[in-house]
Amino acid sequence: MFIIGELINGMYPVIAKAIIDKDKAVIQQYALKQVACGASALDINCGPASRQPLIDMPWLIETVQDVTNLTLCLDSSKISVIEAGLKAAKNKTIINSTTADKDKLNIIIPLALKYNSSLIGLAMSAKGIPQNKDQRLELAAEIITACLESGFPVENLYLDPILMPVNVAQAQLKDILESIHEFKFISQPSPKTVVGLSNISQGTNSRNLINRSFLTMAIAYGLDSAILDPLDNQLLDALITAELIMNKNIYCASYLDAYRKK
Amino acid sequence: MVEHPLIEKWASQIASITLGACKSEGGSRSKILNIGGQNTLPLLFKEGKIPNPPRIAFEVWDQAPGDWPVELVNALGKNILDPFKWAEYCVKECQAELLCVKLVSFHPDYGNKQPELAGKFIKDLLKRVEVPLIIIGCGDHAVDNSILPIVSEAAKGERCLIGSALQDNYKTLVASVLADGHSIVAESPIDVNIAKQLNILISDMGLSLERIVINPTIGALGYGLEYAYSIMERARLAALSGDKTLACPFICFAGQEAWRANEAKLSPQHGIIWETITASALIQAGADILVIRHPSAAEKLNKHIKNLFS
Repeated sequence: MFIIGELINGMYPVIAKAIIDKDKAVIQQYALKQVACGASALDINCGPASRQPLIDMPWLIETVQDVTNLTLCLDSSKISVIEAGLKAAKNKTIINSTTADKDKLNIIIPLALKYNSSLIGLAMSAKGIPQNKDQRLELAAEIITACLESGFPVENLYLDPILMPVNVAQAQLKDILESIHEFKFISQPSPKTVVGLSNISQGTNSRNLINRSFLTMAIAYGLDSAILDPLDNQLLDALITAELIMNKNIYCASYLDAYRKK
Repeated sequence: MVEHPLIEKWASQIASITLGACKSEGGSRSKILNIGGQNTLPLLFKEGKIPNPPRIAFEVWDQAPGDWPVELVNALGKNILDPFKWAEYCVKECQAELLCVKLVSFHPDYGNKQPELAGKFIKDLLKRVEVPLIIIGCGDHAVDNSILPIVSEAAKGERCLIGSALQDNYKTLVASVLADGHSIVAESPIDVNIAKQLNILISDMGLSLERIVINPTIGALGYGLEYAYSIMERARLAALSGDKTLACPFICFAGQEAWRANEAKLSPQHGIIWETITASALIQAGADILVIRHPSAAEKLNKHIKNLFS
């Protein structure tokens, strides 16, 4: 599993404050904690409160890459903020994200190519969030087609089926799981798949349990990557064990520790 | 239509390990050997780099073996009665580039020699031959825990490969090897899960995974060779996919297993064939060191390796 740590996000008050105070130590501490717990990449998001994201995003990138060479996932809905991040990045990058809208794809795919970045494509458009599996597959196919037409390597594309909260769209979750599986068959080479895990438990009072139950099931459907909290030990244990059951890693008595160290 | 061959690209590579240390490095070997370092499956030269061929190590005991088949004893002649002559014969007459010395004579059932003598034996052996050494204990846990630290210290700086560490007996050997600059043989009973666990236990003590050689334990042709093959293949696939805890070279005791087979004793030629076939299958499985008993089998295997790598 390609684990993208979600904690450097300005929606968390401690990160928001560190961004305002330009307190590198706090950001770097959150980066290193996630690395130690097994993150393969770090999501970087200035958050909704940032008044100057064009300055904050590059500052976050520089601050984090001072302490780690892990892949950075530049998380913003604003293209200008993503480009400011790409300019500052020395580490590998993932653009988070584009929708399936043509006008957005036409700008973001060339940007990903220019900066040699991977890309997260959301199976949604200006029309809204898809209501079933067929709509998800159609939107995913549009993103893949745009990548193929522009010469963007599909294996560097992470498709997100758009995970809905269980208390909002319970009936859709099975479709979402099946989409994770079926996205793989749209093209050869296959795209990768990703979810923003914590969406599933928004507004519930058993967040951790719902997160790890869904993740375990999504791994059984072949999920490649997730944006999640790597400091949630039980979540990571469930993830590692699910991958073990999928024969992704070789069992040994201390397989949980072995996975985190690699 | 143009056909594009499907070339597999792996994420990781097997650790590269140096055996032996020259005078300039604080040892006394005339030649050193590298093993491992490949980033693809065995013999798939087009898919990656395979910097080192498999190495043949000649098996030498520190006392004459009492129960070896006649063909083996005849081939080695009187040399077998004196471990130093045996070692010299392998190096000078058979052009051995690596020796695997088994300290059988310290075993309570086969000589029960005083542990202190082990240090002198290894020091003397290092004076008589200049090739890198693999040193294996007698197999009795308690005795090995007393002789291997002495041996390790006696060979300090010579960058030997010393074994065997087992899941229930590894701490003493790891500590010695770590202190004296050697590499270690980690032995598991044809079990990839235990191989992985043992490597983790050893590396948790501070010995780098780049100083571990896995003895996966093998069976000879007709005696579990396929099972050993599948274990090695599984470990290697995991290692190349990024599992560093299994990304270590393999040592396979092909001679020991092949000569135990009933078929090996049917005629003078049978044993050599059994040993050669067993070892050549293990080359396909990914063996980096093959410990061999019969000089003719070693000669055939060296030719085979030369053909494969030319």
